[in-house]
Amino acid sequence: MTDYVWLIPLFPALGFLINGLIGRWWRLNKTFVSWVACSALGLSFLFSILVFIGLLRLPPESRVAIPDKVLFDWIVSGGLKTVIGYKVDPLSIVMALVVTGVSFFIHVYSVGYMHEDPGFTRYFSYLNLFVFMMLNLVLANNFLLMFVGWEGVGLCSYLLIGFWFERDAPANAGKKAFVVNRIGDFGFLLGMFLIFSKLGTLTFDGVFSKAHLLDPVTVTLITLLLFTGATGKSAQLPLYVWLPDAMEGPTPVSSLIHAATMVTAGVYMVARCHVLYEMAPLSMAVVATVGALTAMYAASMALVQVDFKRILAYSTISQLGYMFLAVGVGAFSAGIFHLMTHAFFKGLLFLGAGSVMHALAGELDIRKMGALRKKMPVTFWTFLLATLAIAGVPGFSGFFSKDEILWNAFSSPQGHFLLWLIGFITAGMTAFYMFRLCFMAFCGDYRGDKEVWHHAHESPPVMTVPMVVLAVLSVIGGYVGVPAILGGANHFHHFLAPVFGVHEGGGHEAALRLLPLAWAGEAAGEGGHGSAALELFMMVLSVVMAFAGIYLAYALYLKRPDLPKALAQGYPRAYRVLFNKYYVDEIYQFLFVDSCKRLGTILWRQFDEAVVDRTVNLVAAVMRVLGGGLRLLQTGFVQDYALGIILGAVIVMLFLL
Amino acid sequence: METFLKIPLLSVVTFLPLVGALLLLFAPREREDWIKGFALGVTLLDFVLSLALFIYFDDGVAGMQFVERVPWIKQWGVSYYMGIDGISLLLILLTTYLMVLSILSSWSAIEKGIKEYMIAFLLLETGMIGTFCALDLVLFYIFWEFTLIPMYLIIGVWGGPRRVYAAVKFFLYTMAGSVLMLVAILAVYFLHAKATGHYSFDLFALYNTPMSLKAQLLLFAAFAVAFAIKVPMFPFHTWLPDAHVEAPTAGSVILAGVLLKMGTYGFIRFAIPLFPYAAHKAIPWVSVLALIGIIYGALVSMMQDDLKKLVAFSSVSHLGFVMLGMFAFTVQGVQGSIYQMLNHGVSTGALFLLVGMVYERRHTRLIADFGGLARVMPVFAVFFMIVALSSIALPGTNGFVGEFLILLGTFRSNPVYAVLGATGVIWGAAYMLWMFQRVMFGPVTKPENEGLSDLSPREVLTLVPIVIMIFWMGIFPKFFFKKMDLSVERYLRDVKGRYEMVLKAEEAKAFVARSQGARER
Repeated sequence: MTDYVWLIPLFPALGFLINGLIGRWWRLNKTFVSWVACSALGLSFLFSILVFIGLLRLPPESRVAIPDKVLFDWIVSGGLKTVIGYKVDPLSIVMALVVTGVSFFIHVYSVGYMHEDPGFTRYFSYLNLFVFMMLNLVLANNFLLMFVGWEGVGLCSYLLIGFWFERDAPANAGKKAFVVNRIGDFGFLLGMFLIFSKLGTLTFDGVFSKAHLLDPVTVTLITLLLFTGATGKSAQLPLYVWLPDAMEGPTPVSSLIHAATMVTAGVYMVARCHVLYEMAPLSMAVVATVGALTAMYAASMALVQVDFKRILAYSTISQLGYMFLAVGVGAFSAGIFHLMTHAFFKGLLFLGAGSVMHALAGELDIRKMGALRKKMPVTFWTFLLATLAIAGVPGFSGFFSKDEILWNAFSSPQGHFLLWLIGFITAGMTAFYMFRLCFMAFCGDYRGDKEVWHHAHESPPVMTVPMVVLAVLSVIGGYVGVPAILGGANHFHHFLAPVFGVHEGGGHEAALRLLPLAWAGEAAGEGGHGSAALELFMMVLSVVMAFAGIYLAYALYLKRPDLPKALAQGYPRAYRVLFNKYYVDEIYQFLFVDSCKRLGTILWRQFDEAVVDRTVNLVAAVMRVLGGGLRLLQTGFVQDYALGIILGAVIVMLFLL
Repeated sequence: METFLKIPLLSVVTFLPLVGALLLLFAPREREDWIKGFALGVTLLDFVLSLALFIYFDDGVAGMQFVERVPWIKQWGVSYYMGIDGISLLLILLTTYLMVLSILSSWSAIEKGIKEYMIAFLLLETGMIGTFCALDLVLFYIFWEFTLIPMYLIIGVWGGPRRVYAAVKFFLYTMAGSVLMLVAILAVYFLHAKATGHYSFDLFALYNTPMSLKAQLLLFAAFAVAFAIKVPMFPFHTWLPDAHVEAPTAGSVILAGVLLKMGTYGFIRFAIPLFPYAAHKAIPWVSVLALIGIIYGALVSMMQDDLKKLVAFSSVSHLGFVMLGMFAFTVQGVQGSIYQMLNHGVSTGALFLLVGMVYERRHTRLIADFGGLARVMPVFAVFFMIVALSSIALPGTNGFVGEFLILLGTFRSNPVYAVLGATGVIWGAAYMLWMFQRVMFGPVTKPENEGLSDLSPREVLTLVPIVIMIFWMGIFPKFFFKKMDLSVERYLRDVKGRYEMVLKAEEAKAFVARSQGARER
């Protein structure tokens, strides 16, 4: 069964080719186009499930020992031999399931959302191409093919952000995304070079089995370079700037690419390379720290934004930070778990945003919304469920995954009290800004244009059904990973365990070391039971935090809607800095973009033209002057030549004498 | 193989265009379609014949194939000596392939003197193919110089407003380099004769000319300057933007696609193997100039307001990659370098074709005159996008294979160079996508652009082969690599072997000197 893995990416590729190549010339109708695109994804999802079942039938140890499915040789030069080949193991198949599953529902949703768009065919061919590239990324059996997917999803992201290219903002945002991602890819490339020059191979199996040959400095360098790539693709500090702008694309694209799948590629990459990262404690610390800081930093910007999609974008950056925090402290399966639950609820949140935009003629300013739950109940309820999930309310998927991350940030040997604290505070911020968004959009009184309100309506079933499906997943998706402390079996963790080994989950003793002394004494007194009690205690803490955030949002935006404005006026400077996103875009523009342009102009005008080319022309001019001088001698008069001969003769005579 | 075919295939491929040009002389001037058709037919036939070369080329043989050798000027040791290995084979294919597209692209762009124009192109083709086959230095020099004249005419007669300036600059600049090379050729010839008593311009005989290290360095420098001008390497590049801006579209395609490759090919076939010691000594110099070319070319390219100039400066950047990989002296570096020569021919050739297509419609190449073309010309936009992506080396396209191997190969010999070179992936994306955005995206701001017609079937026919090549070369590079694997391996073994021999001899000499010094003390 696992031998059919290559069919998973094949179907979206076919869908892309059919819609992309003949769509324009045959003027295919929308029904046909959408059937091709959606059934390509449906088949791909189906085969992912089949391969998954095939994998489940195997005993856990042999699930990681399946031979790679190699299709053909790709770049072969000297000692370098790379192939187009796919790898099946629990990690890659979880990713394939998430990607094809979520993509399928978002494809269906798009049929409704994009129905009136003239670029319908183009949209679906890009979307299929995206899924094809994403599947290459997650199924690749070597770094280079992963890089193909890596850059390929970047291309699709560029094309889809700039989908409405006739406006300047999307075109700019697309270009920004591509160039910023390329900065990260630069690091990824160098990481691959270093791997190859040390180990002579780029296949995952080859690299990881030989990884022990690497010295600590090299492996740290490799992992940091690869992580540079991840900061670009997964929008972490300092390369996150492209993601908020990426919201210029169609909303299902934001949902699929810029929330559920593509941006998680960095997390997947770190998890895939866990063998290398585990050898490099420094890199792990960097990953965890960058993740934690990004989580908090992005959440702080989300607190005051008023653009529906941008709040979600900052939230995505923040949640990706959580995932990096997880993998950075060695909790790889927790990171992948959160990746999956996040794909459900964040994908859904964006679909909700799309549904609202659909209803309000494209309105995105949440100050002009309110009371929408009356007009669009399905959107409201699904959105609320997703919000509860992301806020970490017990029982919803986000609770389990976020809690596992926080616990690991605290208890794992690579964890630290501060990392936990940042994650903990961010959890409260998350609950606050998400409920702020939810309350402002769906509750209270409507604050926008009456005409718009009049036309506001619930979306058609083709859009609401995928939302309901994702809502169900947002609620129940966490139950595959219920921790042992709550009496669960954590199937998810056990399924991935053969990939990641048994390093995680056993950090209770380390946790005790990290605790403030007074606690530690108390907890240690109770022995092993104490650490379980501790885990429960921390869980309760984070639940309290979540409810505190929710209550604050309720107090500020439902009970006393005048307060936020007063707060903003009370702290004008802090508010302005947050509202203007710390002015980072402006700083980058000045530091990098403008200075490169200035340098380019100087090099061109003042060096290339004024120095290099002028030198060339100067040489030519000198030759011309010299030639002009010599030409005076060539008068064509016999007398002059005779004079020359006589002069010459005289000179020779003088010499001889 | 040659015996199987019983015809000197290499000479046929080389001289068929010349024969075509001679026949065209007798064509009636008014029958323009007939002339175009004939020229297209000749280039197509030549392309098909070069495919035969590709098919019958034995990739299990490392040495020269299809060899033809006839004494020419016996007393001076000049012979008509032609042959190809995997490296030249691919470049010949690139030439014949691009020639067909160039003729197609000239269909409606050239309004005057179509007969002379076609004759010039056919003559040029013979010169270019000959350059890639010649294994006798005199023969090589003749072909090399021979390409100058038709190109000079193509720019100078069918070019833009400053065509005479550009043509003269192109001619004189290249000529200045060539003269240096000629002197160096003669010097090697006499050095070889002095050492062996045998007068010959046979390249492989001259490979083993014993000479002092100083002579090696000087002669290498002479060759290197000649080739560096042609490539062009920074700081010898300033003729290129002028030539490109003024040249007609097909002229730019061939100039960028093939003529520049004569420079890089010259390094691989002549400058490096003739003087391996000097070439190794020159690694830092060439690499640094190549890196400057990569970054500087990209930065300057970013700020251009003329599309053709932008592409011209991007060529400086791309050719910087070619030189960087070549001087890495690793298999990946050299193979990437050769592949990048082909890629650049395909992608940059295509960029010039595309610019030519909008130029024919709008009679301007200023980026500021465009904007929003993607809505007006959607088919054009698709082709342009694919070519732009190939130019910025997106994985899956040809450009990636070349750039990746070059950087990988360079990394293995000098990581610092590779790190600097790899910044090129960022610069490339920046200038190419910014240009693309300004030309294709945004609202249509100029009313003149509203009514532009999309591509005609002939134009699509010109671009489809390019797109096929872009993906074929990007996805199945092995198809092409296997033809050059052995040749490159042999080349590297040979060059490195002789370099190490020189080193050992030097060490021995130094050792002798030292021990003598010790004895005297």
